[in-house]
Amino acid sequence: MSRMTLTHPVDGRFGAFGGQYVPETLMSALQELEDMWHEAKADPQFQLELAGHRRAFIGRPTPLYAATRLSEHFGGTHIHFKREDLCHTGAHKLNNAVGQALLALRMGKKRIIAETGAGQHGVAAATVCARFGLDCTVYMGTEDMHRQSMNVRRMKLLGAQVVEVKSGSKTLKDATTEAIRDWVTNVRTTHYIIGSVVGPHPYPEMVRDLQRVIGDEAREQYLSLDGKLPDVVVACIGGGSNAIGIFTAFLDDREVGLVGVEAAGKGIRTGEHAASLVGGRPGVLHGSYSYVLQNGDGQILPTHSISAGLDYPGVGPEHSFLRDIERVEYVAVTDKDALAAFKLCTRLEGIMPALEPAHAIHHAGVIAKELGPGGSILVCLSGRGDKDMDSVDGG
Amino acid sequence: MVAKAGTRLESALRAKGDLKLVAYMMAGHPTAKRSIDVGKRLAASGIAALEIGIPHSDPLADGPVIQRAGKVALEHGMTVSGALDVAKAVAAEGVPVVLMTYINPVLSYDPRKFSAEAAQAGVAGVIVPDLPIEEAEPVTGWLRSAALDTVFMVAPTTPPDRISTICSHSSGFVYCVTVTGITGARKELPEGIPALLKEVKSRTSLPVAAGFGISRQEHLKALKGNADAAVVGSAIVDEIERGGDGVSLVRELLKACR
Ligand SMILES: Cc1ncc(COP(=O)(O)O)c(C=O)c1O
Repeated sequence: MSRMTLTHPVDGRFGAFGGQYVPETLMSALQELEDMWHEAKADPQFQLELAGHRRAFIGRPTPLYAATRLSEHFGGTHIHFKREDLCHTGAHKLNNAVGQALLALRMGKKRIIAETGAGQHGVAAATVCARFGLDCTVYMGTEDMHRQSMNVRRMKLLGAQVVEVKSGSKTLKDATTEAIRDWVTNVRTTHYIIGSVVGPHPYPEMVRDLQRVIGDEAREQYLSLDGKLPDVVVACIGGGSNAIGIFTAFLDDREVGLVGVEAAGKGIRTGEHAASLVGGRPGVLHGSYSYVLQNGDGQILPTHSISAGLDYPGVGPEHSFLRDIERVEYVAVTDKDALAAFKLCTRLEGIMPALEPAHAIHHAGVIAKELGPGGSILVCLSGRGDKDMDSVDGG
Repeated sequence: MVAKAGTRLESALRAKGDLKLVAYMMAGHPTAKRSIDVGKRLAASGIAALEIGIPHSDPLADGPVIQRAGKVALEHGMTVSGALDVAKAVAAEGVPVVLMTYINPVLSYDPRKFSAEAAQAGVAGVIVPDLPIEEAEPVTGWLRSAALDTVFMVAPTTPPDRISTICSHSSGFVYCVTVTGITGARKELPEGIPALLKEVKSRTSLPVAAGFGISRQEHLKALKGNADAAVVGSAIVDEIERGGDGVSLVRELLKACR
């Protein structure tokens, strides 16, 4: 079974998970997207172009950083950060947006839509649209527009139209639903840049392929630094793109533990959380079959997390598969612990993480205590925390 | 043996010189009791069939009017099982009832149990707007084994070959989506509709119903001769939202169908 995980998906599915649960209107666009993506992926010219943008526009490769004071604080286990916060625009989201914008150009689609929670994906989409001369509309929930107001201003400056979504819980789930409705209506002219490894096939596969650069780089950097691999790789999970991005390169290294960290919000038992893999069950949301937070009647539940980027009731189907085959362990970290980790990392390392990866940093501390001084942990520092000033001051 | 439900829907929807009318309403909108009332009145209004929607928290294919109706129904406690009760009460009036539901409530309820209970409630067929033919099994298998019709949708973006495949998966009728988009009344229907309907008709012997955006007599006049039936949804739900029952709208629209 050693390469099993890497050959997925088969027919758009990761084991039982994935698929294409969308209105018929979108089916031919998804087919076109799948064909185009496989063609582009195999085209050396496309890869060359993508590599060029990664280098000069995104700023890749991003560094591997030894968080020595944090390591010491947590009892001596070696902790390294993969510095996705140093990507242009401040998060890993641009890795995906650049690739999908190139694909939109290839398909001749001049209008881009995107959904956003933390605003990092919205900013990434607005950024590539400015860079490549595309028209950009971003859907964002009212609640997220308030707590991530700086990113709303950035998107507008970049020339994007930000559409406020007032339905449901007014967060990422509702923004995604609204973006899909726009796509159903304008599918002939519009490409939908989904911001995570969610949605109908081929999105989970395509976004993974574009984000796996994180782990491909980190694995090589780690080997040349240490001559061996880390004991554990840790990443936070909203939809799951930075996590899949860093995990993919390590899936076949069975000796490396992989841990995904979801948002436990006010605590799993309070029901106010966003941990679909820890607290949900399989169902369909936004076009794919995966773990979902839902009530007994199949209605999607409202979620809570201090971090807008993790505040989502679903998760990418590949994570559901990796959970069920037990290749990746999934845990959840509360708002309170994430806030404390945010402050700790800022003070000890001079690096202000976004609240999303602050969840992963907290859990790295938990693992560090188990591993002790000989251990080693690689954390995906998926983004920087400037956007979270308001939430942190309030907390 | 009961007569095959498919036969019933098929013959109810086949145009015979006229254009048949199908109305849509949401179970539990605004309350369970009121929706049964409205359903019974619509059943007697001259329609050929009634679509009853099961509310969902995230209705991907629906515009604002049906979204709001679903939200109100859920807030008032509507459930899958409650919707089956509404369907049963309305189907007892003799009108063929078609359930319209997103896939997740069905998966959560258990497709096998859902199919059996829908059949027991006297439902004729089921439409699942986020279940394309590729994902249809095993759900449609259970529906079929309960003698329920499985109605699939053709869209303006569906390539010709795929239209044939969709028709071959369908029973009762084929649902032809008239707009590239979500539900909601439109002023005008897109130009290519007669051509699309002709394409679908040429690939199936089942009746073909046109739906999405239809709300006016002019729309029906344009569909007559091209489609067997027309589905009117948001326009009726809008009337129900205002406290009405949609019956006068149906009567008005029926004039353009003859
Ligand atoms: C910095 C950062 N990390 C993580 C996430 C969560 O997304 P994903 O799980 O797809 O990486 C977000 C989403 O907005 C983000 O901005």
